[in-house]
Amino acid sequence: MKVLVPVKRVVDANVKVRVNADNTNVDTANLKMAINPFCEIAVEEAVRLKEAGIATEIVVASIGPKASQEQLRTAMALGADRGIHVETEEELAPLSIAKILNAIQANEQAQLIMLGKQSIDGDNNQTGQMLAALAGLPQATFASEVKVEGEQLVVTREIDGGLQTLKMPLPAIVTTDLRLNEPRYAKLPNIMKAKRKPLDTVTVDSLGVTLKQHQKVLKVTPPAERQAGIMVASVEELVEKLKNEAKVI
Amino acid sequence: MAILVIAEHDNATLKLDTAKVVACAQAVGSEVDVLVAGHNCSAAADSAKQLAGVRQVLVADSAVYANAIAENLSQLIVSVASEYQYILAAASSVGKDVLPRVAALLDVAQISEVVEVVSEDTFVRPIYAGSAMATVQSLDAIKVMTVRASAFDAVAQDGSASVQTLDNEYSGDVEFVSQTLSESERPDLGAASVVVSGGRAMGSAENFAILEQLADKLGGALGASRAAVDAGYVPNDLQVGQTGKIVAPDLYIAVGISGAIQHLAGMKDSKVIVAINKDPEAPIFQVADYGLEADLFEAVPKLLELI
Ligand SMILES: Cc1cc2nc3c(=O)[nH]c(=O)nc-3n(C[C@H](O)[C@H](O)[C@H](O)COP(=O)(O)OP(=O)(O)OC[C@H]3O[C@@H](n4cnc5c(N)ncnc54)[C@H](O)[C@@H]3O)c2cc1C
Repeated sequence: MKVLVPVKRVVDANVKVRVNADNTNVDTANLKMAINPFCEIAVEEAVRLKEAGIATEIVVASIGPKASQEQLRTAMALGADRGIHVETEEELAPLSIAKILNAIQANEQAQLIMLGKQSIDGDNNQTGQMLAALAGLPQATFASEVKVEGEQLVVTREIDGGLQTLKMPLPAIVTTDLRLNEPRYAKLPNIMKAKRKPLDTVTVDSLGVTLKQHQKVLKVTPPAERQAGIMVASVEELVEKLKNEAKVI
Repeated sequence: MAILVIAEHDNATLKLDTAKVVACAQAVGSEVDVLVAGHNCSAAADSAKQLAGVRQVLVADSAVYANAIAENLSQLIVSVASEYQYILAAASSVGKDVLPRVAALLDVAQISEVVEVVSEDTFVRPIYAGSAMATVQSLDAIKVMTVRASAFDAVAQDGSASVQTLDNEYSGDVEFVSQTLSESERPDLGAASVVVSGGRAMGSAENFAILEQLADKLGGALGASRAAVDAGYVPNDLQVGQTGKIVAPDLYIAVGISGAIQHLAGMKDSKVIVAINKDPEAPIFQVADYGLEADLFEAVPKLLELI
């Protein structure tokens, strides 16, 4: 079974980003970049499926600037077999990303496509669902457990209020939640080996995809600052403040 | 300008989120319809009829909609989409699952987690865990949006909308196997006016009992940081934050939580924030209205005594 795992290059989760001076975007210059944590979980899950003898090949794909190849190499160091880099300098909306991935899937015919549920930059939580719609495939979002049973996929999902289990035929699309697994660290020999794994670079045009502009970002501003509060000296003072000042208890 | 709001419900009851999304819809225009798709969902549909200012409630009552399967629901929504310029749902696990699928089928973008309506085509949404706010103008003919319910005040429930029944049954390849929902007498995280959350410092599932008592005394809901959920102290659905629940209660009490940006993203719009932490440098104190530097295992029992 072939597994396709799209991955995104994002600002590292531990880095605090700030809005740029002209309020057009966040300032990402010189920040530490990383593979989106949810994408990393998707790669890990695919690697585990391969180790379990269920997956036979793991293809990772990334859409973005040339430097996105670093994240493809990271994914290959974790165990992916080959990479596809769709090079573009444009910041594309999730629907456009889904259209490009759909074109890749048309070539690859993967049985399972596993994506992160959201990227921690745009926080959109859309791409997997959109790809499922475009490819006409069933979807299981926010997965906390993935089991392949023959030609069927059984997925437990994190939903508001609890967990839900769905069953669907392959090919299918899964988006990963935090509790699906804990990704491994890449070992040095695997990092070296990843450098020699095949990586194809293609363009949006060569995939035959035409994209539209759906929205314009008019401005990007800092969030409202909270007024600094006070430190209280004791539980008694806290209760007094909550009762008489804030009047919330 | 017709707007369709996808109701959030469990067939028996309509979630408060729906009334909040209707409020967002009314900031866009006045012709607001609500779709209640479910199975044996007449009670939820009856509540939807009472939402103030709603024009019409569309009811699709069928076994295929029982568990909000995205394949089925998205086809149903697309089948009525041509009547609308806007399709809105709460940014809940159902809304997030279904709406992007609807948007892609309609070949339009989705705007996620809208917190403010600027004009008919321009909306504000947080990005980077709320470190920045993007003002986005939609160029699409149909605007598909998920709404951050905590950013809107629920509409009243004194309306009397008419009802239209939808008979189309759409289904696909996805089979529902099972569902386990946390049983709790406490209010929903999203609807509670008080939320008491615990972090890694709680140390165990058993230790969470003191926070449960505190939540119960205040009539509030229980929440947690990712670290507490990952450690298995509490169920997944209690996670507050960028990638969990977003809450904005009147009172949020953070106990033994450091205040990572991903956690703050889920609670920093609360009206009053209390933080109890033994580290005076913990970032949570920077957003807290009242900070108490203390060992939680001493402070929380005392708090229980005094309130
Ligand atoms: C992709 C991604 C998504 C994430 N999404 C979320 C999310 O949605 N929600 C979320 O919460 N996190 C999220 N996180 C995790 C986040 O970065 C933090 O790791 C997490 O919030 C830390 O949880 P914590 O504050 O409980 O633990 P810690 O950071 O370990 O903090 C524990 C705190 O307890 C205090 N303490 C210890 N003992 C005591 C005591 N006896 N009395 C009082 N105080 C004590 C310590 O001083 C410390 O401040 C995400 C991370 C990533 C990478």
